[in-house]
Amino acid sequence: MADGGAATLPRMDAPGGASLKRFARRRSTIAFLMTLPLIAVIGGLVVWPAGYAIHLATLNRRMTSFIGLGNFEILLESETFRMVIFQSVFFAITAVILKAAIGFWLAHMLHHIPANGQRKWRGMLLVPWVIPPALSTLGWWWMFEPTYSSINWILNIFAIPSVPWLGEPWWARISVIIVNVWYGAPFFMIMYLAALKSVPEQLYEAAAIDGATSWQRLRYVTLPMMRNIISITVLFSLIVTFANYDIVRVLTNGGPRDLTHVFASYAFQVGILAGNIPRGAAVSLFMFPILAIIAFFVLRGVNRRNKEEA
Amino acid sequence: MAQVSLRKVIKAYEGGVQAVKGIDLEIADHEFVVLVGPSGCGKSTTLRMIAGLEEISGGDIAIGGTVVNDIPPRDRDIAMVFQNYALYPHMSVYDNMAFGLTLRKFPKAEIDKRVTEAARILDITPLLERKPKALSGGQRQRVAMGRAIVRDPKVFLFDEPLSNLDAKLRVQMRTEIKKVHQTVKTTTIYVTHDQVEAMTLADRVVVMNHGVIEQVGPPQELYHHPATRFVAGFIGSPAMNFIPARIEEASGALNVVMNNGTTLAVPEERVARYRPYAGKQVLFGIRPEHLTDDKTMDKSNLAPLSLTPEVIEPMGMETLAHFRHEGTEITARLDPSTPAEVGKPLALIAHMNQMHIIDPTTDKVV
Repeated sequence: MADGGAATLPRMDAPGGASLKRFARRRSTIAFLMTLPLIAVIGGLVVWPAGYAIHLATLNRRMTSFIGLGNFEILLESETFRMVIFQSVFFAITAVILKAAIGFWLAHMLHHIPANGQRKWRGMLLVPWVIPPALSTLGWWWMFEPTYSSINWILNIFAIPSVPWLGEPWWARISVIIVNVWYGAPFFMIMYLAALKSVPEQLYEAAAIDGATSWQRLRYVTLPMMRNIISITVLFSLIVTFANYDIVRVLTNGGPRDLTHVFASYAFQVGILAGNIPRGAAVSLFMFPILAIIAFFVLRGVNRRNKEEA
Repeated sequence: MAQVSLRKVIKAYEGGVQAVKGIDLEIADHEFVVLVGPSGCGKSTTLRMIAGLEEISGGDIAIGGTVVNDIPPRDRDIAMVFQNYALYPHMSVYDNMAFGLTLRKFPKAEIDKRVTEAARILDITPLLERKPKALSGGQRQRVAMGRAIVRDPKVFLFDEPLSNLDAKLRVQMRTEIKKVHQTVKTTTIYVTHDQVEAMTLADRVVVMNHGVIEQVGPPQELYHHPATRFVAGFIGSPAMNFIPARIEEASGALNVVMNNGTTLAVPEERVARYRPYAGKQVLFGIRPEHLTDDKTMDKSNLAPLSLTPEVIEPMGMETLAHFRHEGTEITARLDPSTPAEVGKPLALIAHMNQMHIIDPTTDKVV
């Protein structure tokens, strides 16, 4: 009877089938399958276009033959493109520094407002970041435009002569930066406000007792405690600002005399308007290696500090 | 000289709630004073006012004879150890300890000397290069103490420094703190809610409740001569028993008569003190250690009584027996060899030399 009982028990599957089942049940397999849609989206929307852009950048104008780094060589010889490099770097660095500084200052002010009033101010200060930039830039353009400039009108009231905001290269550069800072500072503000709130009050108390003035508390407690968030926001903003397109396109369209072009707007002009797609791709890829290296070091520092301190 | 004086110190919050209601306290140079009380009694607020972290709503605080009401914390020459250690996570142990001295622009050699010496006292020399994250709770607490010691301030302030440690480490660090105080002898104000810490560390204990000082005195005095029912109940573990009773006079002698009729004779030397309460309802206070089995050596002024235990807790070196008497919880401390059984009447004796009578109308100990 015992033998008969054993015979009715379900039998194990063949060895091949069992290992396939086990493979399907492994946590790593399940995890992979569940992230597959995301991997597909990233692959389709990020990796493929990036790879295609790199491929395009190595072709000649007619996209018929491979010319290696030829597009980049031609670009570096062009005075206009060297100007674009200068303008992009000047624009991105100045704008990011100003956004970070103003964002930090705003966050600090907000942090010291009692909770009730804070929400109101936080909401109002976030408005520039919420409005689509192409739209708000139009508003700024209206304020800068020489015929109707409300800013000049105000300046005139104080007997200050009108400023050719968009007509003179340096003023145009400053105008672009002003609008970018106006648009981007609230993002820094909200990130820094969150970071400020996460610094334990007792550290400030300990520092006050240790003899720190309010400036020293900022220097030795607040800033080191916020280093990671500052690094990440600056990196993120640097990448986004280098890739900025809409503000320049709407406000100056690269003028006067192509002096306010940044990589993105120049890539559009060369690639789409002038029809040289490979060279346009080369323009837009120009900063990629440099930003990738910066990102690598910044994120490595963030990781290290996270391990040591958090 | 670093005496600390509090004169009529008040802390009031918006809406008129007073956390500290006009306290007076004189702390002598080199003294170790512990502020103890339940949470919300105002002890931490008092400490923070001394530190300058909390504004004073009324009265004066003086450190070393100078009124410091309007002086910021950094100029009060105090050092504070926080409950959560408050170490700077981005600095090494060495830098944490050196920070106060660096800000005060001490020469490098002097900073190094002081940090090394403090690290030696606290036994944390091998940890100097580490970041706080890599330390255990006890080690962090030592670093926090080191940060206070290197400053060589007029006053040390401790705000529940051991609350975040486990029980074993707490006992060890308690001894450590006492040793440090014996070495550096700086005036120390220590806040805790743990009466054992208060009793073991303090030269004088300040018991606070509801924003006022209930009693100030050396630990033994508080234990043996509590001034109020609150102090009597707060100091000592397990807490003092409070049994509703009447004082009755019988042919010149006084007796404590419990509600169930048990009569306990008041010692002769206390008769005069308690006579005004004859015929009145009082609270009869007696500590569990003074309500024992009759294996005691001291045979004077014992009063026998019988109670039936509800719960027996053998602790090894002693046994705690819990009784319920007319709705009141009573605890007795027994010799572990006493054969106590739940539900079986137990013969006990009250050490009437150690009794307390509390006037229920004023909650003062008579």
